[in-house]
Amino acid sequence: MFGYYLDLALRSLRRNMVLTALMVLAIAVGIGASMTTLTVMHLLSGDPLPGRSDKLFYAQVDDNLSAGDYKEPLDKQGYQSTIDLWNARQADRQAIVVESPVKLRAPQTTLPPLMLSMLSTTADFFPMFDVPFRYGAPWRAEDDASRARVAVISSDLNDKLFGGADSVGRTLRLRDTDVRIVGVLGRWRPSPQFYTVAGGRFAAGKTADFYSKPQDIFTPFSSALEFNDGNFYQYTCSQPPATPGHLQNAPCAWLGLWVQLNSPDRAAAYKRFLDGYAAQQQGRILRPQNTRLRSLMEWLDFQGVVPSDVRLQTWLAFGFLAICLFNTIGLLLAKFLRRGGEIGVRRALGASRGAIFCQCLVEAGMIGLVGGLGGLLLTLLGLGLVRRQPVAFADMVHLDARMFALTFVLAIVTSLLAGFLPALRASRVAPGLQLKTL
Amino acid sequence: MAIRPILSTLRRHKTTALLVVLEIALTCAIVCNAVFLVTQRIDRIHMPSGVAEHELIQIGLADIGKTPDEHARTLTDLAALRAIPGVTEVASVNQIPFGRSSNNSGIKLDPKQNKPTVNATNYYGENIGQTLGVQLVAGRLLQPEDHVSLKEAGQAFKEGKTEGLPRIVVITQPMAERLFPGQSALGKTIWLGSEVPLQVVGVVKNLVRPSIWNDAEAQYSMMLPMRVEDNQYLIRTAPGQRERVLAAAIEVLKKNNPHRIFWQKRTWDEVRQKFFDSDRSMTGLLIGVCVALLVVTALGIVGLGSFWVAQRRRQIGVRRALGATRGHILRYFQTENFLLATIGIAIGMVLAYGINLFLMVHYELPRLPAIYFPVGALALWLIGQAAVLGPAMRAAAVPPVVATRSV
Repeated sequence: MFGYYLDLALRSLRRNMVLTALMVLAIAVGIGASMTTLTVMHLLSGDPLPGRSDKLFYAQVDDNLSAGDYKEPLDKQGYQSTIDLWNARQADRQAIVVESPVKLRAPQTTLPPLMLSMLSTTADFFPMFDVPFRYGAPWRAEDDASRARVAVISSDLNDKLFGGADSVGRTLRLRDTDVRIVGVLGRWRPSPQFYTVAGGRFAAGKTADFYSKPQDIFTPFSSALEFNDGNFYQYTCSQPPATPGHLQNAPCAWLGLWVQLNSPDRAAAYKRFLDGYAAQQQGRILRPQNTRLRSLMEWLDFQGVVPSDVRLQTWLAFGFLAICLFNTIGLLLAKFLRRGGEIGVRRALGASRGAIFCQCLVEAGMIGLVGGLGGLLLTLLGLGLVRRQPVAFADMVHLDARMFALTFVLAIVTSLLAGFLPALRASRVAPGLQLKTL
Repeated sequence: MAIRPILSTLRRHKTTALLVVLEIALTCAIVCNAVFLVTQRIDRIHMPSGVAEHELIQIGLADIGKTPDEHARTLTDLAALRAIPGVTEVASVNQIPFGRSSNNSGIKLDPKQNKPTVNATNYYGENIGQTLGVQLVAGRLLQPEDHVSLKEAGQAFKEGKTEGLPRIVVITQPMAERLFPGQSALGKTIWLGSEVPLQVVGVVKNLVRPSIWNDAEAQYSMMLPMRVEDNQYLIRTAPGQRERVLAAAIEVLKKNNPHRIFWQKRTWDEVRQKFFDSDRSMTGLLIGVCVALLVVTALGIVGLGSFWVAQRRRQIGVRRALGATRGHILRYFQTENFLLATIGIAIGMVLAYGINLFLMVHYELPRLPAIYFPVGALALWLIGQAAVLGPAMRAAAVPPVVATRSV
């Protein structure tokens, strides 16, 4: 039966090619637009560390030194609080993070010096965030303690400096200090670059830069404070630092602290520890009640990391799809009803309403399938255009298997939805009336 | 033209007519808002900067290794840059308009205030106002003798001394208006945090911030009399000479000290271009969507129109046989489309207003100006008429003899 319906559908579609093409095009364009934006949305709003993100938390005490009724702590912390919390070692794993610009030379190469962004952190960073290594390994906790001059570099930088060869053991010159490479990262492109996210809630949706590539060079926090002294930027200061870029003793917020807490009990205990610490430091900390322990996804949500332009585009695309849907419904309706005579004959010869309904839906579904194919091509084209946009996330935009499948599901569902009403109307055609007019 | 017969025909095709109406309504609503978004973005792209846009060059360097005497090096660099033919002004600065990275301060009117009144950006650098070419509205710009060095100011601040701190400031007119509405800001004192009082000696028309979080505060900038030696230079040239001057500047800076990296060397137009890249691409996208929507809607009208004409061939033939002219038939379909479009537009306007309310809440957009409603309506009427013209002409071409044939 299905084969017969398929044959009928093909004949019917072939009868008016222009109209068929119009319907297919409408579905394809609607699907293309919605899937392009949905794919971008899916990439940007997803979990950067599926499976572990619920164990990772951003710990905050309020180092804001301005008096006033502030409801939230600053997005970053001062040196004293961060170091105290880190030294207490109350978490299963913990990492301090701070970003700073650094000059780099590779003595064995002829490349000119580079200005790079460096992430200074502590040894747990790598296992905690599941960072893949191509060569070597992270530095050890002892290296943090001994302020070792070591570094981990990105695979991009390794390709650029050493042509992708195993560079572990080689030396780089960071500002005026020689550091030894202990590890080279594999491909790592978290979306967003969650560990440095801060200030997003004030960015009015202009948050595309949170999706930048990870830094090219990673060094121990303790040693970076020494060799890159004077190059650290504050998130905010209540008074200007006496020596710009040297923030250890300045009234500035500039560090982030991530902790891994393996169970809800551990998380609750850590929150109590934060509260206790803030209360104990009352005086230095003006608002001890302002402690926060947000999980990774809560933190990203609170910071509003998905750019408002991307949200807007998604709304727009679905509005577009709705219009394409109305368009297709109208055209299908006109098409089916025009064949009233044919349907009347089939009904008179014994076809049930259900059979007519199914036959019409098969025809709509075929339009959906072809439209879906077109939509897929347009989605690929749309994503290609997004990749050429001057935004930080352009390089990671791609169609994964799930979105690929979703494209077809959306196309078929759309066209069945579009076909439902016309098919229903067609199946209600009274055979007698139609036959009379023949 | 009688409307009654059209209405009674439409009543027989309620669903189809409703679909056309809905399609027009949605298109109207979305296109009105999208066009409004486009105009907002275009306004933003053309945001005034308050500086001599086509005469500026930015150069940023970074030292390799230690620099013994930043002060002497800066003086040498500035002298060498000034000596390049075509250069009119130079300054060693901390940041540039639309440059993205910025240094900002909370400004209070009373040091005992809990929260700052406004947040404004700090421009430092001797001669920065003159080099940027800001337009003075009242008072004066900062002069060389007003300046203190940033390092010494930091030291003085640390030791709690007032000697060595900046005492005066030049602010922009929008900022002055926000702080002292309806009054002259000249001579008034503003507080940098709770510690440093600054007297306003000059007001400039505009000076845009390096990074903008809130478009309403885009012009909240101050120029403080502090000398900086950050290896970042701003050069103003005679118009049309920037490429040559930029090349020459790179040459002399390399010669002055070869152990430096250029992390930035560009004309200010590139700065502006880059700053609004995302707005520009969003504008392109919105325009593309609008065009696509209108095309889809027009094609929908063509498709349905053709069907209706085909369906009513006999009816048309009968009317023609009974004496209707071609013009009558043509106008019949045109009027029908006009009626559908009008209902669609009416619903679309309500929808457009609703979408605008949603955008106002979630995207801090202003209210849709009233002019969009008549213009939007006119556009859709025209598109509707253009789309139905083809099918209507075909209908008008139906010969009366059709009436005598059975199918």
